[in-house]
Amino acid sequence: MKITVKLFAFFRQDRFKEEERRYPDTTTVTDVIQGLGIAVDEVGVTMINSRHCALDSSLKAGDVLAIFPVIGGG
Amino acid sequence: MADKIFRVNMTDLTTSVEEVPADWAGHGGRGLTSTIVAAEVPPTCHPLGPNNKLVFAPGLLSGTAAANSGRLSCGAKSPLTGTIKEANAGGTSAQLLAKAGCKALIIEGQPKDDNWYSLHITPGNITLNKEEEVVGKGNFDVVETLTERLGKPMGIITIGPAGEMKMAAANVSVKDPDGKIRSCGRGGLGAVMGSKRVKFISVDSMDGKVEIADPDKFREANKTFAKALVDHPVSQALGTYGTNVLVNIINESGGLPTRNFSSGQFEGHEEISGETMHDLIKERGGRVKHNCHKGCVIQCSQVFNDAKKKYKTSGFEYESIWALGADCAVDNLDHIAEADHLLDDIGIDSIETAVAIGVAMEAGVLEFGDGEGLVRILREEVAKGTPLGRIIGAGAATVGRAYGVTRVPVVKNQAIPAYDPRAIKGIGITYATSTQGADHTMGYTIATNVLGVGGSVDPLSKEGQVELSRNLQIATAAIDSTGMCLFIAFAALDDTTCLPALIDLINARFGISLTGDDVVSLGKYILKTEHDFNTAAGFTKEDDRLPEFFSLEPVAPHNVVWDFEGEEIDTFWDF
Repeated sequence: MKITVKLFAFFRQDRFKEEERRYPDTTTVTDVIQGLGIAVDEVGVTMINSRHCALDSSLKAGDVLAIFPVIGGG
Repeated sequence: MADKIFRVNMTDLTTSVEEVPADWAGHGGRGLTSTIVAAEVPPTCHPLGPNNKLVFAPGLLSGTAAANSGRLSCGAKSPLTGTIKEANAGGTSAQLLAKAGCKALIIEGQPKDDNWYSLHITPGNITLNKEEEVVGKGNFDVVETLTERLGKPMGIITIGPAGEMKMAAANVSVKDPDGKIRSCGRGGLGAVMGSKRVKFISVDSMDGKVEIADPDKFREANKTFAKALVDHPVSQALGTYGTNVLVNIINESGGLPTRNFSSGQFEGHEEISGETMHDLIKERGGRVKHNCHKGCVIQCSQVFNDAKKKYKTSGFEYESIWALGADCAVDNLDHIAEADHLLDDIGIDSIETAVAIGVAMEAGVLEFGDGEGLVRILREEVAKGTPLGRIIGAGAATVGRAYGVTRVPVVKNQAIPAYDPRAIKGIGITYATSTQGADHTMGYTIATNVLGVGGSVDPLSKEGQVELSRNLQIATAAIDSTGMCLFIAFAALDDTTCLPALIDLINARFGISLTGDDVVSLGKYILKTEHDFNTAAGFTKEDDRLPEFFSLEPVAPHNVVWDFEGEEIDTFWDF
């Protein structure tokens, strides 16, 4: 299935901002993170289609997955 | 230096240095400004009249070696909101005031003539002088002229043309370590300073030092405290991307107010994001990290150069970039930086003014997305005080009334910042219930609603939002009393060593033995003192509401409205 993956802040270094990528049907958020060589404990927030999601959430075709490191401001 | 209260009466042009009343001794920063305003200012007075008082107070730890302790609080009755107000900023003055033994500076009364004045503070002494040379000048010129005149680096607190014209969105501006500007931004305190006819305050601490009751304990606590700050990943991201790292995540969450709050996502988000800004700063030889006051270990500020690699602005914050950017649909970071520079120079709140321009765009005064037009309005209208400039300088609510706009994002007449309360509901509770009008910093639920710091509360659900906002508002009021930058809260929410170390610092500074419960009690006391002032000024629970359009207009992409009932909001005050 096709998933759009968006990366932010230093996760973009040597990777990409946004890419449409192919994954097997049973892929979870953690699978995508690990597949990109990102350490899971560096991940602060993940969203599927602009909703916060758990790391073990399953993805479905056409989903947009956004992966952020731990960030803050205000 | 022993702490004293410095007082200036602008009616009879006298000064005095007084003992600290016992009731005030345990307070600093916001706790002290709000205590003094509540004690001495009649709540129903006109904010720009002789009965209002402008109060400055460094925090409890300002002037010490404690990391991140250089915030200066400024308080009064606000001409924008009519409520009590405290706004704080970095810069050098908090530390210098504390070293000069100034626990608080109270400016009261009003001159009967049209002269302008300046104040000069040294250890144990304050003088009042007539001022002519820098009257009418912008903030950068004021700082440059005074640095030359005074002949040595000093603290400078000043107002720009906006404060002189008593615009309701005017800042009190504070010189930073590089001679640039930090701002006590919200609520028009610069207009109060202008109404007192005080153009600037200079601070020379000479050889003054803050006394520490237990230096060894203080040093030890500071080591633990600074380590907690430095180690937290949020601090590290702030040092790299600044607060503007938020543009992309708030946009992704659907809570980035766009085109005067008509959508929750901005198609130009990437162009104005922290990631883009970081790359531009590096490319143009600016500085990615920068501290707004000595001793800051987070360094969220930056120096942003223009395309010719010349200084353009610093302290280029998310909320300013959002307001000038997404809210006005401007996707050109150079136009936004030019506007930010002008706002610093004019001395006017970047949130209030830019949201006001967003409302003016909706009214057709200029097109959404017109960055050059926005810069022109600041330079030609606001800075010069033309009729349009004064309407914008009076804030978003005034623009809405002048042009008959119904989508006016304000609470108690203060512009709502950077986070849409329909899509991030916790912050809506903070906007509604804050004692000072809409202000994200009063109880920053974004940490828990969006960023996953301090746990997690679903931003789109009503559940848990009132409690979240209440706990954060209580904690924030206490932190605002210490002189600490609010960004210590990220570490404090996640790292169990951080808050005890902060309490140890206060105890070692004063030789006392506060507990965590005392700090919570302090936060509650401050909120209730401020709330009581507002009640006596005529505010009721019906004022703790968001504008009607948030309930009527669903915001994309989640297509949600603000759906809290009044009675649910009112439970905020059940403590």
